[in-house]
Amino acid sequence: MNKQNDTEIQDVQVLIGKILRLGVIISAIVILIGLLLLLFTGTTGYPHLGYPHSFGVIWHGIWHGKAAAIIMGGIFLLILTPVLRVVVSIYAFFKDHDHLYVAITTTVLIILLLAMCLGIHGI
Amino acid sequence: MLVAHTLLLLIIGACAGILGAILGIGGGIILTPVLTMVLGLPIKYAIGASIVAVIATSSGSTVAYLKDDMLNLRVAMFLEIATTIGAIVGALLTGIAPKNIIYVLFGCLLLFAMINMIRKLRQHALQQQTVTADRYAEHLRLNGHYYDKATQQEVNYQVKNVPGGFMMMLGAGLASGLLGIGSGAFKVIAMDNIMHMPLKPSSATSNLMMGVTAAASATIYFLNGDIRPDIAAPIALGILCGAFLGTRVMQHLNSRLIRIIFIPILAYMGFQMVLKGCGVHF
Repeated sequence: MNKQNDTEIQDVQVLIGKILRLGVIISAIVILIGLLLLLFTGTTGYPHLGYPHSFGVIWHGIWHGKAAAIIMGGIFLLILTPVLRVVVSIYAFFKDHDHLYVAITTTVLIILLLAMCLGIHGI
Repeated sequence: MLVAHTLLLLIIGACAGILGAILGIGGGIILTPVLTMVLGLPIKYAIGASIVAVIATSSGSTVAYLKDDMLNLRVAMFLEIATTIGAIVGALLTGIAPKNIIYVLFGCLLLFAMINMIRKLRQHALQQQTVTADRYAEHLRLNGHYYDKATQQEVNYQVKNVPGGFMMMLGAGLASGLLGIGSGAFKVIAMDNIMHMPLKPSSATSNLMMGVTAAASATIYFLNGDIRPDIAAPIALGILCGAFLGTRVMQHLNSRLIRIIFIPILAYMGFQMVLKGCGVHF
């Protein structure tokens, strides 16, 4: 029973590793594209070398090919990789029928979302 | 100008990544002093860039090692409740704390890192003592096991003093959020010295926790506009490459010698930051 659970958790850990690896590679590529655009155009896409830091403006800027918005999007993806790790861990504990740790890990996720809310409301 | 600036930051990031991997310290502790004292950047942007670097280091290490057998996921997740709360409080405090205090605190942190490094140099192979788990550890099933490659044995371990470790992690999270560091040293102290978890799983677990802790404060920095893309982008890319190279060359290097060289550098940067915080300039 215990041995079987262990291998299952190990499988999920390999999965977590693969997802994280993909997340890091994608965010690095996005940051690199934005950075190259910044260097070649010599402008962030905003006046006075400004840059966006709210989701709406970043999203809008990405579709208009603004360098700073693309970089900020990539940096945000990078910030999300540990959050993704927490989400996948909830799934891992759920598969393991470990309800206590599903609750504990969900608490961590809620705290991370709370941080996002605090940031959005500019506290 | 922009190109030269970007290249310089890329190189700084790569060096911080390599050094961090070799010395076993987070890149953040090297980055902030270099960005503020050498390049003269405002400390809030230096902290913003370095918290992104901490995430890059933590997530990037999984690119090198897909699976870490040393990791104790339960200990990590349970203690992350403390570190993420601490990190949020720390990030909110950075916005209101006077800059001088941040400089002094960071300087003290560098001096602490230096003392820690000296302690590690003098420390010889420690004998693993038997630990009796406390009731929290039993109830939360924090006890674990790992395979030690050096002795080729499966090691079972118990942890104790869980409330003490939890409190220490609140402090580690606070330091991480306030100063933009991974505070891996504090996390290892909480697990190794207070909870008596063996050093190898402590270090592996601390590396995972760094990224999650940093994500809590990084979102606040990001949305407050304290992360500047022209600084954070080259630093993050540099540190990803540096950490990757660092883990490769680590085996072939005499880390002891590098540590000895690095100790006076840490001392110098530490004193300089404390003095700058106290208003003394050279």
